[in-house]
Formats: sequence, structure tokens, C-alpha cells
Amino acid sequence: MRPFVYERPTSVSAAIAIASRPDTVHVPSTGAGTQFIAGGTNLADYMKLGVARPERLLDLNTLAEPALRQIRIDNDKIRFGALVRMGEAADNNDVRRRCPVLADSLKFAASGQLRNMASLGGNVLQRTRCEYFREISWPCNKREPGSGCAAMEGSNRQHAVLGTSDACIATYHGDFAQALVALDATVDVEGSRGRRTLTFSKLHRRPGETPDIETDLAADELITAIEVPLAQWSSRSRYLKIRDRESYAFALASAAVALDMDGETVRSARIALGGLATVPWRAREAEDTLQGKVLDEATAQEAAEAAFADARPREHNAFKIPLGKRTLVRALLETRDMKG
Amino acid sequence: MNQAAPAPRENQGDPVVRIDARLKVTGQAGYPADIVTANVAHGALATSSIARGKVSELHTKDARAVPGVLDIVTYGDLDKTDMPKFGNTGASSIGPLHDKTVFHDGQIIALVVAESFEAAEEAAMLIRADYEDERPSASFDSKGVKMEPAAGKSPMFKEDAKAGDFDAAWADATVKIDEKYSTPTQHHNPIELFSTTAMWQGDQLTIHEPSQNVTGWKVELARQLKLDQANVRIVSPYIGGAFGSKGPMTARTAIVAVAARRIGRPVRCVVNRMQAFGTQTYRAETRHRIRMGAGKDGRITAFGHEAWEVTSRPDPYVVGGTSATARMYNYGSVLTHVSLVHADRNTPGYMRSPPETPYVYALENAMDEMAVALGMDPVEFRRINEPEKEPIGGKPFSSRSLIKCYDQASEAFGWSKRDPTVGSMRDGDWLVGMGCATAIYPTAAAPCAARVRLTADGEVRVQCGSHEIGTGVRTIAGQMAAERLGVGMDKISVEMGDSALPPAPVSGGSISTASVCSAVMKACDAIREKLFAAAAGKGAPLAGSANAKLDLKDEEVVTETGKSAKLADVFKAMQVGAIEEYAEFAPKGSSPEALSKLYAGQSEFHGGENDEDSVKYAFGAEFVEVRINSYTREIRVPRIVGAFAAGRIMNTRTARSQLMGGMIWGIGQALHEATEIDQRHARYVNRDLQDYLVPVNADIKQVDVILVPEIDHQVNPAGVKGLGELGNVGTAAAVASAVYHATGKRIRDLPIRIDDLIG
Ligand SMILES: Cc1cc2nc3c(=O)[nH]c(=O)nc-3n(C[C@H](O)[C@H](O)[C@H](O)COP(=O)(O)OP(=O)(O)OC[C@H]3O[C@@H](n4cnc5c(N)ncnc54)[C@H](O)[C@@H]3O)c2cc1C
Ligand code: SF4
Repeated sequence: MRPFVYERPTSVSAAIAIASRPDTVHVPSTGAGTQFIAGGTNLADYMKLGVARPERLLDLNTLAEPALRQIRIDNDKIRFGALVRMGEAADNNDVRRRCPVLADSLKFAASGQLRNMASLGGNVLQRTRCEYFREISWPCNKREPGSGCAAMEGSNRQHAVLGTSDACIATYHGDFAQALVALDATVDVEGSRGRRTLTFSKLHRRPGETPDIETDLAADELITAIEVPLAQWSSRSRYLKIRDRESYAFALASAAVALDMDGETVRSARIALGGLATVPWRAREAEDTLQGKVLDEATAQEAAEAAFADARPREHNAFKIPLGKRTLVRALLETRDMKG
Repeated sequence: MNQAAPAPRENQGDPVVRIDARLKVTGQAGYPADIVTANVAHGALATSSIARGKVSELHTKDARAVPGVLDIVTYGDLDKTDMPKFGNTGASSIGPLHDKTVFHDGQIIALVVAESFEAAEEAAMLIRADYEDERPSASFDSKGVKMEPAAGKSPMFKEDAKAGDFDAAWADATVKIDEKYSTPTQHHNPIELFSTTAMWQGDQLTIHEPSQNVTGWKVELARQLKLDQANVRIVSPYIGGAFGSKGPMTARTAIVAVAARRIGRPVRCVVNRMQAFGTQTYRAETRHRIRMGAGKDGRITAFGHEAWEVTSRPDPYVVGGTSATARMYNYGSVLTHVSLVHADRNTPGYMRSPPETPYVYALENAMDEMAVALGMDPVEFRRINEPEKEPIGGKPFSSRSLIKCYDQASEAFGWSKRDPTVGSMRDGDWLVGMGCATAIYPTAAAPCAARVRLTADGEVRVQCGSHEIGTGVRTIAGQMAAERLGVGMDKISVEMGDSALPPAPVSGGSISTASVCSAVMKACDAIREKLFAAAAGKGAPLAGSANAKLDLKDEEVVTETGKSAKLADVFKAMQVGAIEEYAEFAPKGSSPEALSKLYAGQSEFHGGENDEDSVKYAFGAEFVEVRINSYTREIRVPRIVGAFAAGRIMNTRTARSQLMGGMIWGIGQALHEATEIDQRHARYVNRDLQDYLVPVNADIKQVDVILVPEIDHQVNPAGVKGLGELGNVGTAAAVASAVYHATGKRIRDLPIRIDDLIG
């Protein structure tokens, strides 16, 4: 591991002040010399592998603002501080009762140990696990822009079928983000140019021609909170995660579903798909097909077909298209059968 | 039934608790990389990023500039040492720093030594190589691989088994199966990482490294470093996961020793998980074609097994599991052929039941297909084809309890409740499938020495250079001594895992219990003789008793008629404080030089199919239930039942653990485990535990082990058949059979994943 400077700022503004030194701006946030670290479960891993090479780490765990560590539940929203641990949010009974998809997307992620360390802010910003990205001797456009993509013609069983580009097909592996993007969550961000609130779907960028730019954040911007609006659909919501083994594995395909039902009929549906796309993936075409329809196998199947109309397989991941469809069908039917 | 300590049945020993259990669970057991040494420097490997070619230039300037770097060992620095050899003790003939040729991905190109682990790792990452690279051949289908018949390429695999007229029988068969099967590359991923710690004191070298063969390594390392064997010591008291991975010594050991000598300090090199994929041995991928012909009555008349195995360019590593598959059933006629395919890969090596796991997988899958083709219950089909004698040499089995295993396992499993119609069993949205398969493992033993000392106060010390690889052999050797010398387990201490102890064979091939116990028993019996002679001698406490009628119990010499003499009194009569016996055991049929070869680090195996009088195998039957989601097709295994017969069971607790662990691994082999290879570059891709999947706790529900009583006096003096490698044989085929039963899809290539069942 390369030597680095380790600092422990005690307030958000102090952290931003250090992070906004001129050497750190105008590069993608993941490439900046100064990096924030929260649980470290993603960043420290990539530092050991030589993928992330920060010169300076700003430890967010010493920030004093209490709101960063709080979960606040009101009638119409849940607000998570960015430093809330995954485990804490997953195990919160009120979160589970009011919005099961949030709790389950966290509970089915990683392992107990990791959930105790990992923060929600770090979780949504976790970087891809593409094997070729993780090992620095391979060409990878995300790690070394312009070097090529080793996965494109290589081993790509776990890679994305949605939102890919000719430059990169890496999957966004996080689970929590699927629930957030489905539920129209927002993210509070603070940086040297002030505060802003982003809709969650704007946080991540598709790879396009610049897969090294993964988010909309500047290098000195900090996520302070994540807010999820609560509505009729929140309690009838579910996260279905399909993986190679029962626990401690990333999704091959997952679906975050929330339904607002009028009897058998869908008033509105919210759907996101995980393990299948390059970014947290809202399946709006699928949602549209369901509106005003009775939800059954046939309409669920129609929604699934719509969700994957633009899917593009590579050599080893074609199975993800039928799997993704069936995952969505199953998730829709299981969510329908929940008590609203 | 599902107890950690099953009640012993006939010919089964007590479930004595491991003597090192407390040390292990409290973290006090010292594994080789835990050894505290003053002034230790840390090593990190730099490895190649191509699989074939030459290193034209190595750039080490940046690495040397990292603060704390002490030395970089690379090309030229090993010139005064001898090249590694491929064989029993050596993993490969590739001497990575002797020659700039690159034979495989992840080959060692340098060892960096630094004051800290972090500095060493950082510097190793900064080493850059310029290569003259050539297009590598990754595996079976790659251009440029070299194929040759395997028979005769390895002393372990002399010829292709055959019997009768296969071609005629195949032509005549009424029902035929002709199918292809494959097993993937699998890598050892023990939680204890691979490591070497080397320390010199003058000319004396001590290596702390997890090893399954301390004596063999001592000899081999002395040869490479041109040292007197007496000056080399290998220490490996505890091992965190071996399964063959720590059997052969790799090139790293000598490199780390050279580094320690150069800097005049101890050097410890712990290999990171990614680099272990290229620097250690692994299970190579295999392919099989099975042709099986049978009559309408269910009798097999023709069995053909062709197989292909991958190995490295220079080394003919062969597993040749046809020697077991050809002897499994009453086939009528047999034709087998094994081919080796040389590719640009590191040399494979032993992994738990190296030949049987892949080969029996293919055979048992074919058996299941044939049972379906015949419309016959798969258990019944095996019963019909149960042989009187093994089909190749016509020798009897020393014992064979396969059908008993099937009966007891199927009863416990509830096989009779299975509806044989494919896809007929369901539980809500889950398809239910049930399947079964046979497990087999050859029973062998090898020469072994042991020293046992008994003192007047009843303390017993057992010394043997075998290895506690997690099987419980240290406990079992202690049990044997406790039983023969009539003392409690609290009086026993057992030393193992050190080349300074009496030599033992490699801990592989499930031979340890048989070999070690036979040697310990022999040493104990010599002590008994001395004690009995003294106790019954003139003027002694039991004067006049016949030696043969005496026994040792509760620290006393006892007679049949109930008279007894305290050990302490017998020692007094002898005027000695301790009796120490050194014994050498050699299995029946050993060559005259078998014992001297033991001291030269070579293990001469006897048993399996190679003995004159009989063939010797342990057997088992495994039954599996799978559940497959009807929408998303993920496969789960709610329960597995295995019944196994393996001669005398020394300790029902450790035996159960071995078999249970085997079945769990078998489930992993069926559903999870596989190394992915980038076919263009012949490089391993999923080199960590994130992507190299093994089952986690949540994947394993009910696992039942039944220990079927069996008595076999022919196998060895201890009457023990090895069972360490029995449990994971056949499991994957049982899972495949259950998946077929649930879905109607026959998956012939492992692992079985959603990819195969969806769509
Ligand atoms: C073995 C393993 C299995 C896993 N399995 C799963 C899984 O199944 N599902 C899943 O969803 N995840 C999984 N994960 C990923 C895990 O959830 C993430 O590593 C974790 O959530 C990251 O949080 P952290 O606080 O540790 O982030 P860190 O590693 O500290 O940071 C990650 C990134 O976010 C940045 N960052 C952190 N906090 C902030 C902030 N407040 N503002 C701006 N930037 C910030 C850091 O600079 C860094 O770039 C797994 C991880 C491992 C190691
Ligand atoms: S898929 Fe993306 S992350 Fe993976 S190698 Fe290609 S460019 Fe890199």
C-alpha cells in the first residue's frame, strides 16, 4: 500500500476545506488525490489492490455533526445521515415497517461484519467489482481512461446488460441504491460551492465514453444525507435478490419494487433493477406498462419484456436477460401479495 | 442422528474431543506464520502478468526507492541453487527465478524484502517487467496445446484400465448412454494464507511453513540449496486448511530462504490471495466422455471412460481417476483412456480426492442417466451392478459395504417417498428434486515411523513427523496410544509437524490415520512387551502370569484373573524411569527399501488397486434434496445424507467432521466453485473470495453423516480405511441427479448454476 496522509477533520466544512484544494478539483471524484473515507470497506480494499491511489484520506468518522449519524422518520419521509451504518438502517424496525424494500436491500447486502462498518454514503458510492477493474495489470477504461476494456471480450458473466457502452460494461453492484432510485430518493450534497440536493437518479452516470466519471459529484463534494419520501407504495415494497449463493454475494439480478394498488389494479408501480445495469436502474418503461392494469403473471411478464427491450448481452452474461425478467415477474407478484 | 459426537457402533472408537480443540478456538494454536521471531523482515512477491513468453527486462528502480526496502531477489540470485523438481514433494519443475521464461500467468518474477509488510507489498507492485510475449494456450480448446496419452507419464498412473471386449459389448448393448461431462478449474483457498518464514543460524536453516510433508520438504529443500539434510528443518505444527495445497513444496520456499541468507535476517513471506492462484497448485479442469451399454435387465455390459486433463507445459501432472471408475461396478467390459493436455498454465496439484472427485462425478452422472434410460430406480440399478470381484484384475475387495451404505442412507433420507417422475415434486413455487450417487476412495497406507515414551507416572509422549492438517490425526494417534498403554487422554501428549521428529509420509491420499496409527501401535506394543515381561518376571508383582494374557488398564498391568500391578511398581521392578520405543511400520507388500525411502522423503503407497491379494476401497452413498425456484431457478440444498463405511472408525467425532466437511465441499463443487480463465490471455480472473465462491453457512442446512460399521483386517494392522477424502466424492453427481429430477435438465458441466437452468 502506498503511503498517504491521513486526516481527521471534525466538521463538514473543515473536510470540504481540505478537499477543495486546487489539486483535487477538475478530476473525476474517484481520481482525486484527496479522498473521503467512511467505513473503508470499499476504498481500503481498492487501495490495497493499487486501484485507488489517494495521497490524502479524510476520515469522515470524526465529523461532529450529529445529523450525519441519525435516522429520522417522519410521516412523509425517512432521512438517513450519510454516516449511518448499513446494519443500523437494516435492523431499524420502523424503517422495515414503513418501507421494507429499504431494509431488505441493506439486509441482503454484504455480511454482518461489513454492514457494521459500512456507511450509507459510502454504500451508494461503492465502485464496481469488475474483475478487470480490480486487477491493475489489465486494460480498463474506467481505471485508465483510453486503455481499453478487458471485460468486453473477456470473462463477463457478472457484467451489465443494461446501460452499457462500447467503453465499459461494468455492473453497479450496490443493492441499497436500487431501492433509493425506485423510491425517488434525494441526496444532500455539500461542497465548496455550497449545498445542493440531487435526485438520486442523477447521482450516478452511465459510462458512455467516459466510464472513469462515475458520479455527478465534484471531488470536494460530500454526501451528508439521503432522504426517501414515504407514500402509499412504501409499505407494499420488496427487494428480491437472486445470487449464486444464499448469502454474502452480489446480485446476479435483483428487483426493488413498490406498488400502489387499488384492489387488484396497479395505481402506480416503482421498479428498479440491480446486478444488471451499469448504474442504479429505474425501469420506467416497465412501470408504465403496469399502470391501471390488473397485476397478474401476464401483465408482470409484459412489464419484464419492456424493462429489457434494450438489453445488450455479451458472451457470458446473456442468461441475465431471462433471469432479470423472471426476477422482476417474481418480485412483482410477491409484492402484489404483500399486505398493503 | 445429526450429532457432533455420534455414539460409536461396532468397531468404532469414542468421540474423544480433539486434544488441540481449546488451543484452536482460543487462538493459541501457533500456525507457521504466527511464529514470533525477532528482527523479521517481510517479503512480497512480484508476479508475471503474461502467461507465455520471456522477461526481457525487469525494472526495479522504483521498487528499490520505496523506504524500508532491504533487498530484491530476482533473476541470477538463485543461480547457486538447484532447480526445483516436479514429483511427489515438488510442485513443479519450473524454477521461476532460474530462467526468464514465463510458463504461466502469475509466475514469480521477484521477491521484495522490506522492513514492513506494507513497504514490501508497495514495492512489489512497482516492479515492472518488459516481456517478449507470445500467444498463450489457455485450456482444452486453445490453439497450440500439446496432447499426449497420460499412461506412463506419471508413476502414479501406469496404464489405462481395460477388461473384456468393449467394442463388441458396446455394439451389442440394447440401451446406450454416450455423453460428455466436464469439471472446472478449482483453486485452493484455505483461510490460512500460504506463507514461508525462513531463519538461518550459521549453516542451519529452519523453515516455518504450512506443510503436509515436512520430511519430504526437508530433503527437497536441502537438495535445492545444496545443504546437508541435517541442517534443514521444516516446522509446521498446525495447518489452517491443507487438502493437498500444502503437499508439494513450491519454488517460493527456496527463494525466501535465499533472501533470508542474503540479508542475514529472518524473512517472512505471506502470499496474498490473488497471487496464490498462480504460485500454488490447483485442481485443473477435466473433460470426460462416457459410453455405457446395458441390457434391458439393467446389467451393464460395456463401460468406456475417456478423459482429458490439463497440465502445465513442462510437467506431466496426472490424476487418472479411471483407475477408480473402472473398478466401481460389475461392467462386463471396460475401455478407458486418459489424455494429458499441456497448456500455458501453472502445474496443477493435489486437491481433496484428486482423481475421484472429477472422474466419479462423470461416472455417477452417467449412472443416473442410464437408470433413467432403463426406467429403473437409481439405487436399484446400482444394486444390480454390484460386483463380486473388481472387473479389471479380478481381485476381491478387501471389504465392500456399498449396498449397506445405500440402504442406511436411503432409509434415513426417506428415498421411498420420492416420486420418480421428473418435475413432479413441488413445494409452492419451489421445484423439489432428489438424487443420489456413490462415493469411493482407495484405501492406502505408507511406511511411517513413530516414537512413544511411557514414564512411571503414566505420562505418554507420542512423536511422529506427520501433520495435523485439521483431520484430528494428532488426537487419533493419542487415542491409539491411550488405548494400547491403558492411560487416560489427559496423560497423552502428541508432537507432530516437525522434520526433526521420526519421519512420516506425506499427509495425502487419506493414509495418515492408517499409517500413523499402525506405527504408534507398533511402538506401544513394544512397550507392552517390555512391561509384561518385567511384570511377569521372577520376583515381579505378577510373577508367573503368561505374557499373552496381560493387558494395560487404568495405569496398571492386569491379568485375566483380575490381578493387577501398578505401573509405578513395574517400573520400580525394572529399575527404569521411562520406556521409549521407536517403531517403523511398513504396509504389507512394501519394497525392501521402502523404509529407507521414508527417510529420504519418499512415500511408498500401498493399497488401493495395487495390492496382490485384494483391492482396497472405502465406499459411501450420498442422497441430496434440492429446491429450485420455479421463476428464478436458483438452486438450494436443504438437506444431504451420506452413509459411509471405512473399516475401523478411530473417533466418531473427527470422522463425522471429515465426512461432513467433504459433503459440504461437494455441494460447493456442484453449485459454486470455479476458477474463471480469460481464454485470450490464459490468466485467472476471479482471484479472490469475492468472486471465487464457496458455500457460506446459509447455503448449508441439514447435513447427516451415518457411520456404517465395517470390519476389515486386510487393509492394515489398525484396520483403518482413510476417509478424509471420501465425503466429497460423488456429491456433485448426486446434486446433478437431483437437479435433473426437479427440472428434467441434465447438466453435465460443473458448476450447475442459474445460467444453465434459466430460459
Ligand atoms: C466482500 C464484500 C461483499 C459485499 N457485498 C455487497 C452486497 O451484496 N451488496 C452491496 O450493496 N454492497 C456490498 N458490498 C459493498 C459494501 O456495501 C460497500 O463496500 C460499503 O457499503 C461501502 O461503504 P463504506 O462506508 O465502507 O465506504 P468507503 O469504502 O469508506 O467509501 C466508498 C467510497 O465512497 C466515498 N465516500 C464515502 N462516504 C462518503 C460521503 N459521505 N460523501 C462522499 N463520498 C463518500 C469514498 O471516498 C469512497 O470513494 C460488499 C463489500 C464487500 C467487501
Ligand atoms: S467493464 Fe468497465 S470496469 Fe470492467 S474492464 Fe471494462 S472498462 Fe474496466
